[in-house]
Formats: sequence, structure tokens, C-alpha cells
Amino acid sequence: MARWFALRALRGALTVALVVTFAFVVLRMSADPALVILGPEAPPEVIAAFRKSWGLDEPIFVQYLDYVAAIFRGELGRSMRDGRPAIELVAERIPATLALTLPALALKIGIGIPAGVWASLHRGTLVDRAVMSLAVAGFTVPSFVLGLVLVLVFSVKLGWLPSGGQDTWTHAILPIVTMGVGGAAVLARFTRSAMLEVLGQPYMRTASAKGLPWARAIRDHALPNAAIPTVTIVGFMVGTLIAGAVVVESVFSWPGVGRLLVVAVSNRDLAVVQCILLLVAATMVASNFVVDLLYGLLDPRLATGARGAGH
Amino acid sequence: MSEPLVRVDDVARAYHARRGLFGRPVEVAAVDGVSFALGRGETLGIVGESGSGKSTTGRLVLGLEPTDRGGVVFDGAPMPKGGTAEWRRLRARMQMIFQDPLGALDRRLPIAEQIREPLDIHGVGDRLSRLDRVGDLLDRVGLGVDHGRRYPHELSGGQRQRAVLARALATTPDFLVCDEPISALDVSIQAQVVNLLVDLQAEFGLAMLFVSHDLRVVRQISRRVVVMYLGRIVEEGSADDLFATPVHPYTRALVSAAPTPGRRLVDRIVLGGDPPNPADRPTGCAFHPRCPVAEARCRVETPRLVDVGAGRRAACLLVAADATPNREAA
Amino acid sequence: MASASSLVRLEGLTVAFDGVRVLHGVDVELARGGTLGLVGESGSGKSVTWLAALGLLPTKARVEGRVLLDGEDLLAASERRLDAVRGGRIAMIFQDPASALNPVLTIRRQIGEALALHRGLSGRAIGAEAKRLLDLVGIPDAERRLSAYPHEFSGGQNQRIMIAMALAGRPDLLVADEPTTALDVTIQAQILDLLDLVRRETGMALVLISHDLGVVSQTCDRVAVMYAGRIVEEGPSDRLFADPAHPYTRGLIGALPPLDGSRRRLVSIAGTVPDPKAPPPGCAFAPRCLHSDRRCAVAQPSVETIEPGRRMACVLAVHRREESAGAASSLARKETAAS
Repeated sequence: MARWFALRALRGALTVALVVTFAFVVLRMSADPALVILGPEAPPEVIAAFRKSWGLDEPIFVQYLDYVAAIFRGELGRSMRDGRPAIELVAERIPATLALTLPALALKIGIGIPAGVWASLHRGTLVDRAVMSLAVAGFTVPSFVLGLVLVLVFSVKLGWLPSGGQDTWTHAILPIVTMGVGGAAVLARFTRSAMLEVLGQPYMRTASAKGLPWARAIRDHALPNAAIPTVTIVGFMVGTLIAGAVVVESVFSWPGVGRLLVVAVSNRDLAVVQCILLLVAATMVASNFVVDLLYGLLDPRLATGARGAGH
Repeated sequence: MSEPLVRVDDVARAYHARRGLFGRPVEVAAVDGVSFALGRGETLGIVGESGSGKSTTGRLVLGLEPTDRGGVVFDGAPMPKGGTAEWRRLRARMQMIFQDPLGALDRRLPIAEQIREPLDIHGVGDRLSRLDRVGDLLDRVGLGVDHGRRYPHELSGGQRQRAVLARALATTPDFLVCDEPISALDVSIQAQVVNLLVDLQAEFGLAMLFVSHDLRVVRQISRRVVVMYLGRIVEEGSADDLFATPVHPYTRALVSAAPTPGRRLVDRIVLGGDPPNPADRPTGCAFHPRCPVAEARCRVETPRLVDVGAGRRAACLLVAADATPNREAA
Repeated sequence: MASASSLVRLEGLTVAFDGVRVLHGVDVELARGGTLGLVGESGSGKSVTWLAALGLLPTKARVEGRVLLDGEDLLAASERRLDAVRGGRIAMIFQDPASALNPVLTIRRQIGEALALHRGLSGRAIGAEAKRLLDLVGIPDAERRLSAYPHEFSGGQNQRIMIAMALAGRPDLLVADEPTTALDVTIQAQILDLLDLVRRETGMALVLISHDLGVVSQTCDRVAVMYAGRIVEEGPSDRLFADPAHPYTRGLIGALPPLDGSRRRLVSIAGTVPDPKAPPPGCAFAPRCLHSDRRCAVAQPSVETIEPGRRMACVLAVHRREESAGAASSLARKETAAS
């Protein structure tokens, strides 16, 4: 058990390290932050001074080592724009993002899973086909298109809801719906196929053969089994809570982590971009870890290894 | 006695298996010191239950899997390592057929092309003669030319197994390993394929290793039979003798448990316990926890496979004692 | 045929999937406490018969005829009524026990469900009764093993658990659908022994569905042989195996290699099972039959009694009846001559 945890922790750390390194290299190879921030007309000595003060004149591997060493000291760098610690900038944006992503996640789960289960139980009927057509539409339409369409309909035409900003809770409705629809579609399709797989299993016939009413057989026998694969997708969605709203935040000019990332990238504000990517990688790894633990709880076939190792 | 075509000498093979999410890998001995010889044109049956290592033995003999210990001599020369060019050349002379013919066939190719493939690979004859040969082979296994034009999914289970047989015979092999070749087929079709195998074996002078859990089929096809339990041979003898007068308690139970139409559930030896788990091998004689006649020493002493007369061998402490009555006197 | 002691009677049971008939009117009767073996190859309809009788086929299946349990037609019964019958009066176990049990639920939970449904037990009583059932079917250390999951048991043990679950509702009939096919020979013997034991102890009737003639003849008093969705021969097990009448039954027995005596070439049945979408005219077995003649291609042969308690569906039936009557009378003549 301890061995398993140690292995998982090591693998997680490795994933984060890979993401951070990759981001570091790509960012340094792209445009020069000094030119982007100071502008192309800035005098060369100003640029040189800027580069020196941010350590950009050092060879890339020295910069990298400095960066890694700083991470271990708990420092994630400062914004090149206003000199504030990157982590502070990011942290103050997180509540705004969560205000969108958490309700959106609830929407995905609340609509996607019941719709998928329902469709599976009415397989081949009009209901099933309708749900699945909606689901296909839901995840083939990109969220920026959907967002714009919603704005067009509910803000421009009907004037019911605001099209952007963050002043009242009504501002959050359209972005939440935009994000929720795509995720709900993915979950619905996935849940449906997981359920269909389970419904075809011999143990479902056993449940009927022992006289279990069909509704109870679904609840007690089918759902717990279908939950196992579904957890993977939900886990992935949880992993995108922090940075899954880049597009939607941009469309609705919502001041969350995603907007910060877009701005920081276009400004070549290296420390901020790296800080966000580190955070994203860490949440992904953490949610993966939770999914694995949940697997163990949901599927006794995986859990008994721990018991088996005991004797 | 002339040199046998295949000699298997003390082969062994272990796997690493992991149990559960948090488990540590454990070593599992699938085959643990199996030896036998097979003459040209002779059929040897291997009988056993799941976990006996009978299928692994079949693959080891063909070099489809490396041995951890021991070796195989084919036609007087040591079997080359699996995957080498030398081994691939030899493969034309040794073929294998499996339980699931659909898995062994390529779904995207018509049957005739699949039968021709080994001829192309091993460069047998010219194009026209290969086509002729495919026709002959189809005919020989009881399929028509029109079957050759069909795809695997358009054939029945029995026809597919015939197609696999035709392909195996294309390169006129000396040696054929059959792993449960008829277990997936219906009873009436099983008999067709068994008869076909017997005919082909005689006609082509094939040496055959026939692996199956089905005692009746093994007896029908084989001249000699070995019975395996937990990776080892527990009894060996001619097919007629072995099933008529089984010596090892395990063989006795197997024979007695084989259902016979018209016979009721009486006087049967019903073994207790589960099929053995190779990852958890009992000490001493591996069969002792299920053996109806086991004694205290069976738990500690490991029986060796010894001659018990009349061309029979058995690995049982009690049987060995019976067979060597002079031991006490000496 | 109808008798007062009849427990279950199937009358003209037919099943069609998407307009394709796979079962063409099955009539069979089972006495209280009786044992019936149902033999046939894949596609013969032997499993479909009982899945249809219990309403366990997918909804797209069209089932017609009558399934009488103590005179009550189950095909006309409500879903609620069927739920009470299934697992209560008629229990069923299946081929692959490992996949027939739910992998994520404990054994206690799965047996407990049946106990709660059909015996009204709850709480601690469930645990105690489930333990008793596991003891009965020979699972060692039952108390502790109740909280284990199916994957922690071997295939044979899982089938024992299935049997325990089936016994939970104290059924009058157990339908065992290929219960030993997925198991090793020695384990198969254990399970057949166990079925025989619990049947004798509880007095329940048993339907054993199998492709294996040997398995069926070991456990059942009566045997019905099915081919292409029909019963082609039925009779007492010992008579049927000693002296098979239908050419298909004879073929099946001849196709089985002997375990002792001299080796003979197997009598194989040529050809393959007909496609239910394109059944041959007349007798479905005629294209593979060594004895078929013009009559066989014309009409499906009617079911005839060939001797007391034996019936078959073959044009040879009349011939056969005369033969056995002749044999009986010649035997009688001999006996008179000897005395």
C-alpha cells in the first residue's frame, strides 16, 4: 500500500516536472518578453537592463536551474508587468473561475449522467435518439461558437441576460451554460455506453432471475458498475476546474484564471504563465490520484490486492 | 528405437503475475520440468485441467515461448530460439492450431488467400502450382472452392477450423500442435473434425501434440497420453491402457468424472477442492490436498515420474511403492 | 399427457426475434420433484425455452404459447407476479458463474436480496440464513466469506454461490442452464453432485440444460433432445440413451468418442445446423439425416408416442412403434415358449 502511494506520488511529481519543463522551454523559445513588454521602439540599453534584471541574459539552462531552485523554495516568480508575485495574481483570480467552473461541473453531472442513464434504458427509441443527437451537437459545437450564439440570442435579441462582465450573478449564467452543455454532452454519451455495456452483462439477467424488480436491478446492480468508467470522465472534468474556462472567460470577458493566462501569454509574462501551468498540472495529477482511489472504492476487484498483499 | 522427431527435455516456464492494484509481482510456475518424446507420425495427447500447464507446454515445444530451463530437440537438432531466422525457416515444418479459429484467421482476407500465404512466405512452387495446391488442400479438409472465396465470418465454426487446418498443412509440416482445437465446436461438428484430424494425421504422417481437457477426444486421437497437473506430468501411458486402468489417483478421478451417456451418478470419485492455483503450489505432491488416498508423507515428499511397468510412468508415492514391491524386501 | 402432479407445463411455446422464429412450439411437462434434461447443440433453443418461460428474454423477443405453473399461465402474468415467481417458485442458474454474479456487490448482499424478496427476511436474519446456505452448498468458512466479492472465489465456488442464491427463495423448480460448461471436469463432477444432493434434500424439481449428453444422463430421469427449435425426442433417460430412436439423437451419441473398449471411427453428422432465417422445408434435420426420404422434405413430422413415456418427431416413429411392439410380442412368445 505504502509502495503504491510512493509510486503514484513519484509519477505525479514526474508529470508536473515534465509539464513545467516543457512550458519553460517553449516560452523561452518564443518571442522575447523584453521586446513584447517594452515595445519594439524601446532603446537597446533599456532592453538590456530589463533582460539583466529578469535574468534573461543568462544561458537558458541557468535560467531553468534558477527557476527550479526557486520552486523548491516556494517562489513561483514575479509578474514582469507589475512586479507582483505571480502566485498572488493567480490566486486572486481563482474564486472568479471557480464561480463558473463549479456550477458548470454540477450542470454537467446533473444533466449528463441522468440523460445518459435514461437514454440507455430507452435504447433505440425516439427518446434515446433525441438525447444522443443533442449530445453529439453538444460536443461538436465549439464552446466559443455556442457562447456567441447564446449571447446573440439571450443578450442581443431577447435582452434577458448580460453578455459580459462580472457585476451580478446573472452575468455568470451564460458562461456556465456554455461550459456545462459541452461537458454534459460528453458525460451523457459516456454514461450511456457504460450503462449499455453493463445492461448486457449476465449478472443483470441473474438479478431479474432472482425476482428483483427491474427498477431496483438498475439502481442496485447496474448503476454501481456503470459508475466505475464514468468516474474517469468526471475526474478529468474536476481536473479542469482551475483552467478549463480559458475560452469561455475570453468570450464573456470574465476576469478568471483563464483570462489571466491569455493576457499573460500575449504579454510573455513568463512567471505568470508558468505559475498557471504548474497549477493546472498539479490539479490534474491530484484529480487523477483521487480517481484512482475512487476506483479502489467502487471496484472491489482492484481493492483486494491490498488485502491480498497482507497475507 | 529410432531417434524421435521431437524430444522435450525437462522444460520449465514461469510467469510473473501481479495480484490487485497494490500487489507485488509473484513468480508462477506454469510448466515445471516436463519431458517427453514424440516419434514421427505419432500422436501424443496432453490432458489436464486449467492451470495444468498443458497449453504452455504446447507453446514451449514449438518455441513460441522461451523456456526458462530445459530444451527441445526437433529432428535431431536443438530448437532454435523463437523469432530467429533459423526458427522461422523451421516453422514451415511445425504448425499450430488453436481453439478459436476466428482469432487465428485474418478477417479481411478470403480463406483461399490465407491458405496460400504460407506457400508464398516459404516460396513453395510457382504461382500456378500454389493455386492448385490451395484447391487440393481445401478439398482435403472437406471444403469446396467456393468456401475458399469466402471470408472467415461467412463460414461456420467447423468450417473455419477446417480452413485453419488447411493452412497449417500447406507447408506439409512434420509436426502439428493442436491446442483444444475442437472445444468451441458443437458435438456433431466435433466428430467431423476429429475424424478429419485422424485421417490427415495418417495420410500426412504427421507427428501431433494434441492438447485438450476432453478425455474422450484425446483418447480417440492419441496413441500415447500424458496427464498434467500443476505444471508437471503425473501419468503417462498408451491411450488405451491409461484410460482403462488409470494408476495415478488424479487420473482415476478424471476418468471417473468424465460423464458417460446412460450412466448415473454412482461410484464416482468426486474430488474435493478447487482446480489448483499455480501461484500457490502445495508442498510435497501438488495433488495431495485433493487426493482421496493421500498419506502424511505426500505432504512433504515430492514424487518423481517413475516407470511403473508396461510402458507406463506415474508420479505418485503410493503407486511407486506398489510398482516396486522388492524395495521393502531389499 | 396432463397429470395432476404436473408442476410446470409448456404448451406450444414459440419465440421469434425480429420476425425470425427460433422456437417452434415446444411442449414439455415436468412433474413436482422431477428431473428433466434438455440436450441440444447451440441454436437448438434449449436455453431460449426457459428464458422465454421466465420472461427473461429481451423485450424484442416475441413469445407465444402457454407456460403453466400449477395451472397459472406465466406468459399472461403481470411483471410483479413474475418477479414473485422468479427466484421464488422458479430459480435459475447460468453457464458462467463468474460473470453471472455482480462483481461489485458482496456475496451477502447478492444472496440477501433473494432472501429479502422471497422470504421477507431482514437484518441479522439475512446474515444467518445466507451463512446456512453457503454451508449447505459447501463453501468453507462461510461466515467470513459472506463479505467477500465474486472475484475472490474460484469458478466452482461461484457456481456454488449461484446455487445458494437460487435456493434462497426455496424454489419448487431450479433451471440450471449449462451450469458446468465453463468448469473443469473435476469441478463439474462436484457441481453435479451438489445439484443432485440439494434436489434430493429439498424435493425441488430440476431442469438441466446442457450440450453434454453425459452430464444430462447423470442427473436426470427424463431427457428431451432439441434440434433447431423443436423437441425431436423425449423419454426416460436410461431408455433414451440405451436405445436412441431419433436419427439426430443416435447421431449425437455416435459422435461421442468412447472412453473404453475398441476405438471406432466416429459417426459424425454431416453438414451444419440450419440457419433459422432459412429453415429447410419439412423436417429441419432432414438435410443431415441418413434416413431421410421424400416425406421428410414435405412436412414437419408430428410428435408420436413410440412406446409408453417416449415420444419423437420423425417419420420413422410409426415404424419404430411397430418394431418395439413386435419386439415385445416376440419376447412374450419366447417367454411362453420357454415356460
